[in-house]
Amino acid sequence: MLVISCIKQVPDTTQVKIDPVTNTLVREGIPFIINPYDTHALEESLNLKDRFGLRAVALSMGPPNTEATLRKAAALGVDEAILLSDRAFGGADTLATSKVLSAAIERLNDQEEVGIVFCGKQTIDGDTAQVGPGIATRLGFTQLTLVDRIESLDLVKKKIRVRRKLEGRHEIVEAPLPVMITVVRELNRPRYPTVPMRLMAQETEVKVWDNSILKLDATTVGLKGSPTWVSKIFSPERDQGEIIGDGINDPVGTANLLIDKMVDKDMLAV
Amino acid sequence: EEKQLREMLARYRGVWVFIEQYDGEAAKVSWELLGTGAGLAKTLGVELSAVVIGDHVGHICGEAFAYGADQAILLDSPVYANYRTQPYADAICHLVEKHRPEVILMGATGQGRDLAGAVATVVKTGLTADCTGLGIDDKRNLMQTRPAFGGNIMATIMCDKFRPQMATVRPHVMQMPERKEGRIGRVVRETFAPREEDVLVKVIEVLNDKDGKDQVDVAAAEIIVSGGRGLMNKENFSMLQQLADELGGVVGASRSAVDAGWMPHGRQVGQTGKTVRPKIYIACGISGAIQHMVGMQDSDVIIAINRDPEAPIFQIATYGIVGDLFQVVPALIGRVRSMKSQRGGTEPERVAV
Ligand SMILES: Cc1cc2nc3c(=O)[nH]c(=O)nc-3n(C[C@H](O)[C@H](O)[C@H](O)COP(=O)(O)OP(=O)(O)OC[C@H]3O[C@@H](n4cnc5c(N)ncnc54)[C@H](O)[C@@H]3O)c2cc1C
Ligand SMILES: Cc1cc2nc3c(=O)[nH]c(=O)nc-3n(C[C@H](O)[C@H](O)[C@H](O)COP(=O)(O)OP(=O)(O)OC[C@H]3O[C@@H](n4cnc5c(N)ncnc54)[C@H](O)[C@@H]3O)c2cc1C
Repeated sequence: MLVISCIKQVPDTTQVKIDPVTNTLVREGIPFIINPYDTHALEESLNLKDRFGLRAVALSMGPPNTEATLRKAAALGVDEAILLSDRAFGGADTLATSKVLSAAIERLNDQEEVGIVFCGKQTIDGDTAQVGPGIATRLGFTQLTLVDRIESLDLVKKKIRVRRKLEGRHEIVEAPLPVMITVVRELNRPRYPTVPMRLMAQETEVKVWDNSILKLDATTVGLKGSPTWVSKIFSPERDQGEIIGDGINDPVGTANLLIDKMVDKDMLAV
Repeated sequence: EEKQLREMLARYRGVWVFIEQYDGEAAKVSWELLGTGAGLAKTLGVELSAVVIGDHVGHICGEAFAYGADQAILLDSPVYANYRTQPYADAICHLVEKHRPEVILMGATGQGRDLAGAVATVVKTGLTADCTGLGIDDKRNLMQTRPAFGGNIMATIMCDKFRPQMATVRPHVMQMPERKEGRIGRVVRETFAPREEDVLVKVIEVLNDKDGKDQVDVAAAEIIVSGGRGLMNKENFSMLQQLADELGGVVGASRSAVDAGWMPHGRQVGQTGKTVRPKIYIACGISGAIQHMVGMQDSDVIIAINRDPEAPIFQIATYGIVGDLFQVVPALIGRVRSMKSQRGGTEPERVAV
């Protein structure tokens, strides 16, 4: 049985800027990382490989340089790393992204049964948390989002029991396989690759599947297959603050000034 | 082709808000969305509908009217007792096909995000996540503005060739509408309900985190005193607690303080914590990383105390104090206490003297 982790290559968030002239994202020179949540998805797929002997496959859709990210996954021990890359896939929103990922999962499922697909809770660039549900819905897999613990997995009965982390509460749910699970940070601690593993990963082949393999209708993927589009991109505006008093040399006087000001303006009732 | 598109779009009318509920109690974000939805419906000249799904949830329709809905579409059946993706998504898809709304809003909560992503995929339409601003352009299309890249940039997203246009909105981002008791509306009862045998997921147990654990909900507080790495250790947070107690507020924290184990995760404010919108937010020893600011920048009044005049938090602060928090915070506590005692409070010192 296969366990699949979907991993996205993302830029390091805090460093993204907008070019004031062209009003587009400046992408040059930005280091790429595996989306932090996806390292937990990957780790859980490796856990299940270690404990149950499932075959672990890592999938990523992205430009050709995503191969480096998949190689990192290979270094950690996945059995197969597949890059879904084609010009036609570019510019995808979440609907078009889940289309490509689920087509690849279906293709894998034709060879060997897929039991679990792991996704991160969300990414740190697009930030939508929509791709996981998109994959589950397209494949008809049961959707279990925000999982922070796998309570039990029974491969004979093909049942899984997990704990979900919601606002102010947890929920324990049970579902038959196959399932799509999105994971939160609390689920596990991602492992680091050992030196021999890293060396081995250099040899590992990252397979590339383009659209001649997936054979998807070009109007359903990439920019063409995306119902949403970005019409404007801008930096968030912020009001400059007012600095009060001299907090360094006169902390008490400055504190008094602040409280008085707030009481005067009716912001504070004391 | 253009004409066909326009005809298709014209078949969809009305603004819907999905009312999220647990055990018959609606989530506040749903009322915030009714406030936003009312504005959109008015601009579009259409009705605002609340979609209420659950078991024994008829009373929620009345509340939805009080918060501004013209109509409530109600699905009431035991199969909807606990939220589960499949029956809820099937239900909404059925309702969408039948009534064809042009806009659907849901909370960007665990439940709302789980549901919206599934529905949009079946309906084959666009879904914009975590919107902070919603408006209508001159062609009746929804303009959806949202932060991305952890809040470093804002983007306006359009979905002008598909209907319904779907968006999720985070709690506390939109204003709460006024509740008008006695306002009435029309209840449309629907009967669609899958059989329990056909629902694959079973909820085994619900664990309420409030039992025993941290009782404080920072997201609901009107005054928050937050601490960051500048607090140096766990013990120093008791100083913030004193200030919070004096002001009638609660203590929050940056992720650095939470990761260091000084405060529980439930107190974390920011991108991966809670979004808050209190009347007063006091940031002590917090630098103002973008991931923190996206969680608190909509607070009515922001006060920053930091010894580094270049700290980014000062850019969004209403009032900033450049200084050592270990001097400033005790001084604030002292001032508030002395004001209270002057106004004839029952402070022990006063009685003692
Ligand atoms: C500024 C901006 C705003 C955007 N807003 C929207 C929007 O509101 N709605 C919309 O539909 N699209 C939006 N997009 C497009 C969206 O970010 C991309 O389509 C992206 O391909 C997937 O969305 P995400 O990053 O939000 O992933 P999420 O849905 O947050 O990802 C969840 C999980 O899915 C998996 N996953 C996601 N992408 C991949 C991948 N390429 N390969 C492997 N696994 C993956 C990972 O496990 C990940 O943790 C926006 C893009 C930009 C630049
Ligand atoms: C994907 C992602 C998600 C994240 N999510 C969140 C989130 O939800 N919430 C969050 O908060 N962060 C989040 N972060 C982390 C964020 O980037 C910052 O690292 C974090 O907010 C910094 O916390 P801080 O301000 O407490 O610490 P620092 O940045 O170290 O700032 C400490 C500040 O205290 C000041 N200071 C020190 N001593 C004193 C003193 N005696 N008196 C006065 N001032 C003093 C210093 O001048 C400094 O400005 C996230 C990061 C990533 C990558």
